Amino acid sequence: MRQTKNLKRTVEKVIQIVFLMLGLVTVGCVLLITVYIIISGLPAIREIGLVDFLFGKRWASTATPPSYGILPFILTSVYGTAGAIVLGVPVGFLTAVYLSKVASKRVKELVSEAVSLLAGIPSVVYGLVGMLVLVPAIRTIFGIPDGASLLAAILVLSVMILPSIVKVSITALDAVPEEYEQASLALGATKTETWFRVSVPAAKSGIAAAVVLGVGRAIGEAMAVMMVSGNVPNMPQLFQSVRFLTTAVASEMSYSAGLQRQALFSIALVLYLFILLINAVFNVLLKGGKKQ
Amino acid sequence: MKKIMYVMLIMVLVMGGLFAQGTKESGGMVSTDGSTSMEKIIGALGEKFVADNSGVTFTYNPTGSGSGITAVAEGRCDIGLSSRALKDSEKAKGLKETVLAYDGIAIIVNNANAVTDLTLDQIAKMYTGQITNWKEVGGKDASIVLIGREAGSGTRDGFETITKTKDKCAYRQELTSTGDVIATVARNADAIGYASLASVKDTVKSVSVGGVVPSEKTVKDGSYVVQRPFVLVTKVDTPLSKTAQEFFDYITSPKATPIISASGAVSTH
Repeated sequence: MRQTKNLKRTVEKVIQIVFLMLGLVTVGCVLLITVYIIISGLPAIREIGLVDFLFGKRWASTATPPSYGILPFILTSVYGTAGAIVLGVPVGFLTAVYLSKVASKRVKELVSEAVSLLAGIPSVVYGLVGMLVLVPAIRTIFGIPDGASLLAAILVLSVMILPSIVKVSITALDAVPEEYEQASLALGATKTETWFRVSVPAAKSGIAAAVVLGVGRAIGEAMAVMMVSGNVPNMPQLFQSVRFLTTAVASEMSYSAGLQRQALFSIALVLYLFILLINAVFNVLLKGGKKQ
Repeated sequence: MKKIMYVMLIMVLVMGGLFAQGTKESGGMVSTDGSTSMEKIIGALGEKFVADNSGVTFTYNPTGSGSGITAVAEGRCDIGLSSRALKDSEKAKGLKETVLAYDGIAIIVNNANAVTDLTLDQIAKMYTGQITNWKEVGGKDASIVLIGREAGSGTRDGFETITKTKDKCAYRQELTSTGDVIATVARNADAIGYASLASVKDTVKSVSVGGVVPSEKTVKDGSYVVQRPFVLVTKVDTPLSKTAQEFFDYITSPKATPIISASGAVSTH
């Protein structure tokens, strides 16, 4: 009797250790990447100077003398992400309200399926469709010489962030206790008033988290925007071709050498800090939701 | 304790054997250093050479023409690779150039574009933004869309060096591959781009430059000006090692022509 108990305890311990190890693999990867990116990102910043690097307006990595200012990339990433949020959030948010509160069960299932599918499309496919359809369309509609622009990137990104916004918002809206809504209806509020005055405020931290998740997705995307944004280190303008933080790293990596290569790592470091910041905001929002 | 000593002794012996074997097998080494534009051509030639001569090691260090020339002058590699002719100052240091092949760069426009001929000066002015409309060079009234390659690309370096527009080009798009440039020019009626001559198919039109149509023949005889030599740099007074000399002889012989053509350059033969 006692022996089997002991055996069970040992087995339990072994399994615990195995799980701990597996968990540590993930943590180890994160640590490894963090340490690597900091070590390889700092030298160039030190050589170029933090202010010149972050606020320099000109990027000409192979010119003589070279200049390494990444302000155009930072601003492009910020504007591009903001634009995608402005376009994507209202659509995604209202879709979520509709699916969670209005739609019949069948419609909800069908549309949710479609949204999941949208999330599963590889980014290179978004890029390809953008390159072949969107870019020429922008060119004709706006009568500009070339369609590869910040606008094209924003449009592609806003579609790409829809799934994360819709899914997280739906979860938040579904979690609102039904009693709240019933009480509101009983007090004479209409259905629309109830959704927007009761359900949405009750789910606001979850919805905010959805937006932050969308920001994270948009700022980290490289492949799709590389194919539609034209990739020239201009200061961002809606109809100009622009380069994002992600595409700045991706487009020059293959031929880079010396300080240019180190500077690319520094760009990656800046991007990494952005993502860390976004994740921190995301966590704070989720915790805020739990307190309520 | 004794056991451990034995094990270690055996390991040392085995390792020694392996090393001895190693040195015996590698029949020699060829090291090259230089131009990133030549990566494709020298890589293909090196691969073939290693496949034909077992045990030979071939290395290529993509540092850029200038660094490659310095490396060979300082004896850090056997053959330096340069995608420009040597300057007189470099020749004075006891270096010798041998042209391996020519790299022709085609100037491409959309098939719907009526312009068929441009001068080198017009091309330079277009890329630096002094000419911005196609009607200034005999086309229709439309803005010129400049398509180019990313910084660090060998084709971009070649184009900007030949047109003397280095670091002055006002690109509308900087794409990361020859294929992307051709595809983009094929879709935009007002676009102009440049691409390695061998990769241009009939999806786009290559314009003649100063009246000379780009072709293998015009590149070879030098009449098509948007081209540059791929040069092998060696020392005049120091002979190459046996293996390096074999490699040198092989890649400059007519036998290497098919490989050179396959990697997009025009052989001297």
